[in-house]
Amino acid sequence: MSDGLRLVLGLLGWVLLAAGIALTLLGCIGLIRMPDVYTRLGTAAKCAGLGASLALLGTAALAGGALGAKAALAALLLLAAGPTALHALARAAHRSGVRQWEGASGDAYLEDRSRRKEG
Amino acid sequence: MIAPLLDHPALAGAACLALLAGCVLCLYRVAAGPSAPDRAAAVGVLGAAAACLCAVLALVTGLEAYMNAALAMAALVLPGALALARHLEGRPFDE
Repeated sequence: MSDGLRLVLGLLGWVLLAAGIALTLLGCIGLIRMPDVYTRLGTAAKCAGLGASLALLGTAALAGGALGAKAALAALLLLAAGPTALHALARAAHRSGVRQWEGASGDAYLEDRSRRKEG
Repeated sequence: MIAPLLDHPALAGAACLALLAGCVLCLYRVAAGPSAPDRAAAVGVLGAAAACLCAVLALVTGLEAYMNAALAMAALVLPGALALARHLEGRPFDE
């Protein structure tokens, strides 16, 4: 590997790692601070899923070789499974009747489901 | 494999500490609940953060075993949360 490519990959890796860790930490803070289960799942799915994938991609860029390939594969798995799992959890919570926060502006999923039942 | 992150040990330490703090925050949500999906989501995010922590540790130490652990965590934790969601759906929760 040439020195220039190594420098670019190192820089890219650190930037991705820093951004990913910052996003993951924000997602974790959201998990603590948000008022109800749906908003918490929202922050977890967006911040933590993307953040963790970015951080793993950063380590992939820094490591290179077989180690980097494993990190990239882990990032892909997280990116695919994270939003799916948290979406399914939100659906399960809604269908089991976990109540929303009183300040929520509406329940579009409930409206959609009742509309489908009528139609 | 020579660990590339050892060029900047302070930065790597800060990264580990930040991820560890995230893990602790997730643990609080796992303990506090209040509903089952909360706990399941917190476990999922905890696993993702721990996978990142393992990947960073793999770079710091140069040990491939840490990266294998990160890969296993990334592959298992969130599909586990998905399975839990399918299991929980439609059951009444005690909030």
